[in-house]
Amino acid sequence: MRIRAEGVVVRYPGLDAAALDDVSVTVEPGTLYAVLGPNGSGKSTLMRALLGGSQLAAGRVTLDGRSLDGWDRRERARSVGVVTQSETISFSLTTREMVAMGRYPYLGALASEGDDDRAAIARALDACDVAGLADRDVTTLSGGELQRTRIARALAQEPRALVLDEPTSSLDIRHEMAILELLRASADAGMTVLLITHGLDTAAQFADRMLLLDHGRLAAEGTPSEVLREDVLLQVYGWPVSVHADPESGTPRVTPRRAPK
Amino acid sequence: MSHTGRASRRWSLAAALCVLLALTVLLGVRFGSVALSTSDVLAALGGGGDPANRDIVLRLRLPRVLLAILVGGGLGVAGATFQALLRNPLAEPYILGISGGASVGAVLVLALGLVAAGSWVLPLAAFAGALVAIVLVFRVATASGRAMDVRVLLLAGVVVAAFFSACVAFILAVSPARTVQSAVLWIMGSLAAASWQAVWLTAGYTLPSTLLLIGLARPLNLMAIGEETAHYLGADVEGVKRVSLVVAALVTASGVAVAGVIGFVGLVVPHAIRILIGSDHRALLPLSFLAGGVFLALADLVARLVLAPTEIPIGVITAFVGVPFFLVLLRRNVAVA
Repeated sequence: MRIRAEGVVVRYPGLDAAALDDVSVTVEPGTLYAVLGPNGSGKSTLMRALLGGSQLAAGRVTLDGRSLDGWDRRERARSVGVVTQSETISFSLTTREMVAMGRYPYLGALASEGDDDRAAIARALDACDVAGLADRDVTTLSGGELQRTRIARALAQEPRALVLDEPTSSLDIRHEMAILELLRASADAGMTVLLITHGLDTAAQFADRMLLLDHGRLAAEGTPSEVLREDVLLQVYGWPVSVHADPESGTPRVTPRRAPK
Repeated sequence: MSHTGRASRRWSLAAALCVLLALTVLLGVRFGSVALSTSDVLAALGGGGDPANRDIVLRLRLPRVLLAILVGGGLGVAGATFQALLRNPLAEPYILGISGGASVGAVLVLALGLVAAGSWVLPLAAFAGALVAIVLVFRVATASGRAMDVRVLLLAGVVVAAFFSACVAFILAVSPARTVQSAVLWIMGSLAAASWQAVWLTAGYTLPSTLLLIGLARPLNLMAIGEETAHYLGADVEGVKRVSLVVAALVTASGVAVAGVIGFVGLVVPHAIRILIGSDHRALLPLSFLAGGVFLALADLVARLVLAPTEIPIGVITAFVGVPFFLVLLRRNVAVA
């Protein structure tokens, strides 16, 4: 699926500055696209804008060339799976029940799960390595387990695009890498993957292209070596960094410098 | 507990509750100021037996038990719905002030002589009061403009409920006693005024509303996780929220219109069911209806028998059970937060 934003502007009531100011981006099918930027630069707002979660003051968003308004809710949910930054779980729920919620856009109000649904749920549980936790109460899962369960729920939607807001921020390196490898493999299999992250190095390792936001504006866009440049990062993050090519892969590595004494 | 284990447990619980419900009806009809034998009751239910007994069973006790089941079931379903929408197990029509608002609506139209008790319009007046309460309480809770703070919501509910109960007391104080029935009914709840008319009226509002809410079980499952997630999974968040809030308020109001303000049923019942079978609203809502019915019918039996011939207001019984329950839940909730 091709996700495209053209001149998108989002304003929040009571704030003078636009949360997103004239942002255009195209995410092609089969690519892993990273959205980077400092805290409050508009990364999550961009995600919401692309998925009908926030009102556009100007501009337009299309999914596969069709304006977002032209998508039925359930049809959109069958095509795009989303993992938000966090959610509060107030009630007891098993891991399997949580993942099965990904089948919501496929099922009528009173229909029960069919073979297709069960197969999709089982595949998603396996892909995220949570099949062994299927009968556990999600309130008893560790942060990493819960995060993988939420990604499994998005995969159970059998989407053509995945959008994830800092999915690996609470994970150790093994689980972080496992999830990024999973996302990379999904992109290689033709899925569109949009990843919001603070991890400049991991984004450089896994993303085909990336976008850097600064105060709601597009600061840079392109391949990792085009975007991750010392001068650009200094300007956007307000902190000096050095950028070197990784000796093995050649992808850029970003090392923040110590504050000058 | 395996996946199929949980599913089969749901059916076992449903079967157990149905048996319990039948037993509760039998008990409720048998016991009272005049004790009847099971054979008296069965004869009366069959339309035979002693005419005086038949009168007690068919005209007094059976409608009372059925009304308790309908009101209790409705409160159970309404409680489960509010909890899903607010993502908080402490939400409940009584604690949120919604029952209080409904009682003001009902008492007001009765006092003004606009309708008689037992009228089909009475629940609508209560419904209007309930909606006022919802708007008031939610406005306060979202005043900061940010996401709703559930602690503020609960606090606002309690305070608004106190205000409504003062309104009821005031209206009762200034109106002729007979037009509004007893003050106890409106403040602590009572099923003493039960009649077949009240049964049909409550059934007419409660049963279709309950079915509608059960039809929304799947989106309510998503809403209980979070509105943003529910949106991305394809649920019509605003639509579901509006319809289920209004319908749950209507169910509450129809109960209040015939039985007054009865607290904590909507808190205790869904929570107990969740412990047994989990939080899937496709099972939680219907089972909360059955269990709410059993709970309130048994509470009414206790209210009638403990100090017989004096009747204790039924809200006293539900509060005696519900308040300790609420405190335990609140402690756990605050500890988690």
